[in-house]
Amino acid sequence: MVESEIYALLNEIFQDVFDDPSIEVTSTTSAADIPAWDSFNNINVILAIELRLGVKFTTGEIEQMSSAGELVQAIERKKKR
Amino acid sequence: MNLPELHWLPKKSDFKGALQLARADRDSARQLQSLIQLSRCQSDFVQISQIDRTFLAVSEDTRATSLQKFRLAILPSSTVDHLLPAIRVAGLRFGLDIEIYLGSYGQARQEVESEFSSLWQFRPDGVLFLSSQQDAFAGGSAQGWADLDALAEGAVGALRATWNVPRDRIGARVLISTVPLLSAPEFGNYDRLSPSSQLSMLGAFNAQLARAASEEGYQLLDLAGWVGRVGCRHWFDPALWHHAKQEVRPQAAALFGDLVARQVAALLGRARKCLVLDLDNTLWGGVIGDDGLNGIVLGQGSATGEAFVAFQRYAKKLSERGVILAACSKNDDAVARQAISGHSEMLLRERDFACIVANWDDKAKNIRAIARAVNIGLDSLVFADDNPAERDLIRRELPEVAVPEMPEDPAYFPYVIADAGYFESVGITTEDLARSRQYQENLSRERLKSEATDMASYLEGLDMTLTVGAVDAAQLMRTVQLINKTNQFNLTTRRYSEAEVAELLQSNFTVAVWGRLIDRFGDNGLIAVVIALPGEAGAWRLDTWLMSCRVLGRQVERAMLGVVVERCRQLGATELRGEYVRTQKNGMVADHYAKLGFENVETAIDRSVWRLPLDQYVNPPLPMTVKWYNG
Repeated sequence: MVESEIYALLNEIFQDVFDDPSIEVTSTTSAADIPAWDSFNNINVILAIELRLGVKFTTGEIEQMSSAGELVQAIERKKKR
Repeated sequence: MNLPELHWLPKKSDFKGALQLARADRDSARQLQSLIQLSRCQSDFVQISQIDRTFLAVSEDTRATSLQKFRLAILPSSTVDHLLPAIRVAGLRFGLDIEIYLGSYGQARQEVESEFSSLWQFRPDGVLFLSSQQDAFAGGSAQGWADLDALAEGAVGALRATWNVPRDRIGARVLISTVPLLSAPEFGNYDRLSPSSQLSMLGAFNAQLARAASEEGYQLLDLAGWVGRVGCRHWFDPALWHHAKQEVRPQAAALFGDLVARQVAALLGRARKCLVLDLDNTLWGGVIGDDGLNGIVLGQGSATGEAFVAFQRYAKKLSERGVILAACSKNDDAVARQAISGHSEMLLRERDFACIVANWDDKAKNIRAIARAVNIGLDSLVFADDNPAERDLIRRELPEVAVPEMPEDPAYFPYVIADAGYFESVGITTEDLARSRQYQENLSRERLKSEATDMASYLEGLDMTLTVGAVDAAQLMRTVQLINKTNQFNLTTRRYSEAEVAELLQSNFTVAVWGRLIDRFGDNGLIAVVIALPGEAGAWRLDTWLMSCRVLGRQVERAMLGVVVERCRQLGATELRGEYVRTQKNGMVADHYAKLGFENVETAIDRSVWRLPLDQYVNPPLPMTVKWYNG
């Protein structure tokens, strides 16, 4: 899975979870850019990724993730293994 | 087809497109219908949130036209915010508009006991108390088996006091939940042998919860039972517990929501009542018209044949606890009946079905005919058919009918019906147990009706005896059950708990009467309840009047009126006041009081008031014997 594919998927997930078709996810997108991105929705984003990609993040990994760039890195690590 | 997926719901091929279409719709009534349709398909937790957000934007007025409102307060012991959309969307699936008040985590007792908490401002119709493992272990660790039971009883006893408050204070329905074991076993097998293990403690606690629920009339949400069926790992994710104190994974939210909504639906008398079964490849393997009596697959000798018998056995069990069975098949009537009566391995026989419709008409038409024959609404039916085309037809033509997805393998049929929870109950009475037989007798009556040349001689020929009695402790449960599930012949649709009716009975001026009808075909059971309460200036107000549709057109309402008039006169009444409150289902009794000779006092769109002066009232002759029950 290449980086652009991951971003396309993240875009779709973010748009669905936040119900906002105008969201464009980039490597620097963080909770500061999306007002509804709170801890509750963070879990929802991560679960949606797990569900659609068939991966599972550890408790520690979830704690680390607070920007789209970190999400992409974590996905890449999972997919490489 | 595995839980926690709602595997009985069909999958939606283009969810995104359907949602966009619904959102763009400017006609809010049609938009709501589209959302209801989406709620009846499988969706993941992100999609559920999307349906929910769109639903929350629909105006109250629009919702009220097609959904029944229920105000549900949830007092949680863990994070449940992520489950609320699923509860509301499941509500849509059951025709409910569930408005939710969410209390603070672990504060049930404080909220209930504080006089002015926002809980009371919300005025809940029902309060759901979600207990936790902490509640079960509140009394400390058990020292032995006797101690274990005492601890559990003590823990539940303390909670009972809290749970009773909403019921006693505002008449709200109380829902409680059993507590599933989510933590890892301490020893493994030995946990079961140790009274101080979490497994043993929770087992004892849940048993006491169930006892409390049955004694106090709470509705029980058996989460422990469901987690057993789903599997702990599919229900609970320890990572999410540590992150967000979630006891239910978002992937199981849809199931949790459905479990809550189906209990609310049952409380409101909206549980399904009748299972309509296809025959070929649903009750047996093969096509009777092609394969013949000896060619169909049913019974010992083949695994598939045994699977079909197991499904029949399951349907029979349902019928024994009061679910009505009907058959709907594309077949020649004689061929279908020959299979049912003539095949040695058939478990379900003609007498087990309230109605068998086998012909070549389309099934939508036949299912309408079944609803008419059995005298229940389409929204009381479940239709099980192996043929996807037939299922699709019924979903389109009769959206009120529940149509589960049936897997290819008949071995799983019973689990589909069970998991879907169509036939949840608020309590089983002897009437439930006798119902199937009563419907059978009803069909014999129908036959007589078509033979009789006129109505009067038909009614005379029934040899009816109406036994009436004052509602008392012995009849309370059945009376309350009828009050809570009767939708069609119900003038005011006021729902009461046992405690509320008992309170009404405390007054000597309350007239509360039940009626039981016996005829030459058998006992119809308790079929009428009327409650009259003293009002102004010698007028008694008919607060509640309801009857079972089984006895429609038998002039039982006239007989009941005569009984109520007699009772009210004895208490000094000079007038009866009748009230009709329109609901979506009780249009059939809009003219009830007019037909009984009441004068109209006022009429609004959804309500009318009627009066009957008692000085001139004389009871007309009736085609039945009416007698008071004694002892």
